[in-house]
Amino acid sequence: MAVKVIIPTPLRVYAAKKDSAEVSAATVGEALGSLTTQFAELRKHLFTEEGKLRSFVNVYLNDEDIRYLAKEATPVKDGDVVSIVPSIAGGSSAPTIDSKPRVTSLSNEEILRYSRHLIMPEVGMEGQLKLKNAKVLLIGTGGLGAPLGLYLAAAGVGKLGLVDFDVVDFTNLQRQVTFGTSDVGKHKSEAARQRLSNLNPDIEIQSFETQLTSANALELFKDFDIVVDGTDNFPTRYLVNDACILLGKPNVYGSIFRFEGQVTVFGMPDGPCYRCLYPEPPPPGLVPSCAEGGVLGVLPGIVGSIQAMETIKLILGAGDSLKGRLLLFEALGMKFRELKLRKNPDCPMCGKNRTIHQLIDYYEFCGVRGEEAPAPDLAVPEITPPQLKARLDRGDDLYILDVREPHEYQICNLNGHLIPLGELPRRVHELDSSREIVAHCRSGKRSAEAVDFLRKAGFRKIQNLKGGILAWSDQVDPSVPKY
Amino acid sequence: MAARFHLILSAELAEKIGGHGAETFPHECCGALLGRDAEAQNGSGEPPREVLALFPLVNRRDDSPRNRFAVTADDVRDAEKAARQQGLDVVGWYHSHPDHPARPSQFDRDHAWPWYSYVIVSVMAGKPADMTSWRLNDDRQDYTPEAIEVRQSAGA
Repeated sequence: MAVKVIIPTPLRVYAAKKDSAEVSAATVGEALGSLTTQFAELRKHLFTEEGKLRSFVNVYLNDEDIRYLAKEATPVKDGDVVSIVPSIAGGSSAPTIDSKPRVTSLSNEEILRYSRHLIMPEVGMEGQLKLKNAKVLLIGTGGLGAPLGLYLAAAGVGKLGLVDFDVVDFTNLQRQVTFGTSDVGKHKSEAARQRLSNLNPDIEIQSFETQLTSANALELFKDFDIVVDGTDNFPTRYLVNDACILLGKPNVYGSIFRFEGQVTVFGMPDGPCYRCLYPEPPPPGLVPSCAEGGVLGVLPGIVGSIQAMETIKLILGAGDSLKGRLLLFEALGMKFRELKLRKNPDCPMCGKNRTIHQLIDYYEFCGVRGEEAPAPDLAVPEITPPQLKARLDRGDDLYILDVREPHEYQICNLNGHLIPLGELPRRVHELDSSREIVAHCRSGKRSAEAVDFLRKAGFRKIQNLKGGILAWSDQVDPSVPKY
Repeated sequence: MAARFHLILSAELAEKIGGHGAETFPHECCGALLGRDAEAQNGSGEPPREVLALFPLVNRRDDSPRNRFAVTADDVRDAEKAARQQGLDVVGWYHSHPDHPARPSQFDRDHAWPWYSYVIVSVMAGKPADMTSWRLNDDRQDYTPEAIEVRQSAGA
């Protein structure tokens, strides 16, 4: 293929003053090779001694940065234009902020521990020392944080920070494999620290039993090299993203939903950020949490492991990172797909004209009030489980409306009539507004919405079971399983 | 002995470079130098280079702006476009060294391009001080200093 290569001004002196050259090539790499064959002096300015493109040499095929295509393997066709565009960097030789001495050797024990790394040329002593000198901050020690912590500790990442303010709950054990049954009730960041220390006592693990906020994020992040986002809510996702962009730290992002997962690397120079992908958060309540939507336990295990892999690759400088690529994993079909992610030039955070220069109120941004998760409490008439029990025992004629999903009904039920919340508008005619209705769900949230909806539809004799079937189990009948 | 490289800029532009460095202190500033090389003279070494305009840029290194600067490929294309519009070339780049001498560092050398003039202005405690200019050697091992001639503009 006949292509034209545009030679940037600073290199024209080495190309007989020409501003472009015609070459014959099948790929971008071949075109550059052909150019440096024609003009040998160009080679050292474009390529390192190892033959890799220098980091400040940007190559475009027509108008696309080849890093977002197939890099040097990008095929070219007749008439294509390959442009070499410099980026410029420099600085004073003043020492950077972190003046802690770098580790330059491993103990005999460490050499034995990491022998399976050391015998690979892609890692070797140099790579293992890079791991030992690296500082990675894990936001969240739950479903994603579990494999992350385990594999990064196992790999010998020298310093791990664990940020989580939550306490280990019994329902966590289905997927958060750093914890054991005996850890239920303990603070997650501390329980994780203990488990990881046991796995690898040679690394430094710092637990931060704190909620990540706009007030503490920058201070917390600045001492680490890479941040890994293993959180479970949108306000924190945006917070982590913005803090990483402001500080120039890579953000290894992973997320899960039921049977699907996503992984990418945000926050790289010239790469996109979370806001490039999702400029606006979803309306609150639209995307359920694991507690509300459920998740197959092993899924975050897979996604978190991929995040660990990407983190290690960034530290080693090995392979191709997921920068600019959104990896999509669908477990039921067992399919991996990829989408290209481009930096949005108008992104208010990482675009040309940044308009966000400090961390904001992310709960407000996501339309969420208060500390914890979504919807505000609806003010609807309520009945407590003991009150309901008393009335049923008295023989009162109450219609129990269960607004949960069929599979929840299978777990446990109060012999109610099942109309899932989503179907209620369609099936409201099945209800008799002359009867007294008590609506319930698992925890009282969905049924509150149902009661609100029905009252607006004209139902007068309707109440919400406060605390749902969970509260019924706690206060009336402990034989009813909680889930 | 005459310097091999010779950069000419007006007092006004020199002041603007210093001013940009003072403005962004204690962070490094950066920008493009727009101008052109004079016609090559017979046998007297490299032709003098005249800087006729500046294209100030935003330092893209948010993480370490006290001692690092970066200009992305997109910024470079913008600078080249601005130069073309004025009938000029991008002939080099300027940046500041806050509280540090105006000498290129190892980091500078690892990331430099030949042919460009790299102007460095030292900004001491917020005040522009020494200004130097440098060109990367062909072997990439060192820089050759470029003599700066600051011309006072005549009249008004």
